[in-house]
Amino acid sequence: MSGGHSSYTPNTGIEKWIDARLPLPRLMYDSFVAYPVPRNLNYAYAFGGILAIMLVSQILTGVVLAMHYAVDTGLAFNSVEKIMRDVNSGWLLRYLHANGASMFFLAVYVHIFRGLYYGSYKAPRELLWILGVIILLLMMATAFMGYVLPWGQMSFWGATVITGFFTAFPIIGDPIQQLLLGGFAVDNPTLNRFFSLHYLLPFMIAGVVILHVWALHVTGQTNPTGIEVKSKTDTVAFTPYATVKDAFALCLFFILFAYFVFYLPNFMGHPDNYIQADSLKTPAHIVPEWYFLPFYAMLRAITFNIGPINSKLGGVLTMFGSIAVLFIVPWLDTSKVRSAVYRPWYKLFFWLFVANAIMLGWLGSRPAEGLYVIFSQLGTAYYFGFFIVLMPLLGLIETPRRLPNSITEAVLAKNKSGGQPVGVAAAPETKG
Amino acid sequence: MKKILLGLAAAGLGTMLALGGAYAAEEAGHNAAEPTHFPIEKPAELDWTFAGPFGHYDKQQLQRGLKIYKEVCSACHSMSLVAFRSLEELGYTEAQVKAFAAEYEVPDAPNADGEIVNRKAIPADHFPSPYPNAQAAAAANGGAVPPDFSLIAKARAVERGFPLFVADIFTQYQEGGPDYIHALLTGFGQTPPEGMQIPEGTHYNPYFIAAKSLAMAQPLQDGQVTYDDGSPQTLDQYSKDISAFLMWAAEPHLEDRKKTGFRVMIFLIVFAGLVYIAKRRIWADVEH
Repeated sequence: MSGGHSSYTPNTGIEKWIDARLPLPRLMYDSFVAYPVPRNLNYAYAFGGILAIMLVSQILTGVVLAMHYAVDTGLAFNSVEKIMRDVNSGWLLRYLHANGASMFFLAVYVHIFRGLYYGSYKAPRELLWILGVIILLLMMATAFMGYVLPWGQMSFWGATVITGFFTAFPIIGDPIQQLLLGGFAVDNPTLNRFFSLHYLLPFMIAGVVILHVWALHVTGQTNPTGIEVKSKTDTVAFTPYATVKDAFALCLFFILFAYFVFYLPNFMGHPDNYIQADSLKTPAHIVPEWYFLPFYAMLRAITFNIGPINSKLGGVLTMFGSIAVLFIVPWLDTSKVRSAVYRPWYKLFFWLFVANAIMLGWLGSRPAEGLYVIFSQLGTAYYFGFFIVLMPLLGLIETPRRLPNSITEAVLAKNKSGGQPVGVAAAPETKG
Repeated sequence: MKKILLGLAAAGLGTMLALGGAYAAEEAGHNAAEPTHFPIEKPAELDWTFAGPFGHYDKQQLQRGLKIYKEVCSACHSMSLVAFRSLEELGYTEAQVKAFAAEYEVPDAPNADGEIVNRKAIPADHFPSPYPNAQAAAAANGGAVPPDFSLIAKARAVERGFPLFVADIFTQYQEGGPDYIHALLTGFGQTPPEGMQIPEGTHYNPYFIAAKSLAMAQPLQDGQVTYDDGSPQTLDQYSKDISAFLMWAAEPHLEDRKKTGFRVMIFLIVFAGLVYIAKRRIWADVEH
């Protein structure tokens, strides 16, 4: 997929025969063996590979679960329990799939934070970034609809609340909601279309992932210094160097994944989802899955009307806006320096942004009352302020630190001093 | 300009610290007579044999729990997802399970005349429900439907709050359900705080997860169920045994899960070590 010339040489007759007709082995060789990657990548760069594996894992477990699942409001809950009790290793499949969703989001958030930290979205990687945001959106839709399928109390009421957002829009709101639900309330048609879409969207994600990887292989990877690759000494071959490093990171990630699956399988879930959906009983607190909590907090932070926009519509616009703003990040950042390593102020505000996102996540799990609302509003203000005010402003007023001339120079300087490595000053990989 | 930026950063950090105060203030906002957060009292954390990475069910305890369910709880509470055949996991033989199932009656398939008559249950059947439908259950219990017990130990857990929920990741605390059930069963009979109004026909229990009182009266008393294995016939022991049994009913493959988990963890750790050695060898010739 790379723009450079190919170094693949077919040796045997059959390889030559295939290469002249469908050069798929050549494509694979150039993309995953000879493909040059910067030599100074740290473990924060392993999450792309981890995400690809998680997508495959979710699809594999999901396909088998679908063989045992019944898409009917009267049967869905018990069919999931049948998987848990009677299907061979069914409990393992379901816990892998449910916790896999959480792990998928954990990895994608680290991946996005890594992109924000090292300025991976900057020219010429704007489309690469935008494709990533599209994948995030598709993931959110898939995860939301997947959570409805077990037909527990949180499934049902989460679906009711989230589809209810659309009614905030004047005129078009109600028809959109009815289209999503297949009726006027969450019921059998909703479950059926959610199952259909939950099965479809992962394959759309896989399609966008191919575009994402294609775009990556055209521009090449960024690296902790943010300096583009200038000579051959700046890079190493993808295989074996990046492959083995990614494989090690994947092993560590799988240890975390397995820890939750085998020892804390219900830690990420909500107890109410082990109660079958009941349209007459509203749970005391309706909370989404943990990975939606920061967005949920921002939705509920808007408790006031802004001119003609009432608080409900304002909240919904804020929530959608929190994702939409990511699309224009490449043009909001005015700094000529890519990596936060050389941007002391950006680095500070970046870590505040991370802390703020975690705080918003926690606030999303609290009831919307009292001081929690005020802190949600402050957190929302900082979330948007970071992108809309700080990103453009910092690029103009900040004095970056001196940049090394090349990746090789940075690596050699780091190893000579033997002290704190220049390229990984903030060690973001410890987050994973 | 730098001062403004530094000020902004300080304000951010200040906000984080103030948040701790906000949390404390919200959680402390209790009124003894008219509480707004439930349960009023948090359940105590007990020692369970099935806790932790090597947790396993105590079969004797599960058998005692089954006895309590059969003699007391099953009068009102169904357990419709549990099949008699799975009772073999409690240490019973196939013949014992067959005999146990035969004590129950379930509706048969329509006979040649199209009538549905009852037959003796077989191991493949599930526990029959005490009421024909939810309406009948509600009518017999003052409007409150006694919840099904198949999943109750996973469907009830008192919120842990910060920072306990973080610590739970490391202590592998997953026993919120049994702890809650034990606390609820032993929490009856207390005098409500002065000024608290208890609705007619409900019973005060500070451990109840959804309100200050519930429709169910204290179901278990000291000496109510006869144990033949010499275990103490006390409310506390009964409550522990039924909680453990309900945990098994909700998560029958728990032992299998933890045993598999141990093997998976050992494999992953060894494999990660080997990959790390390979990685060191491969990168040895490249400064990075």
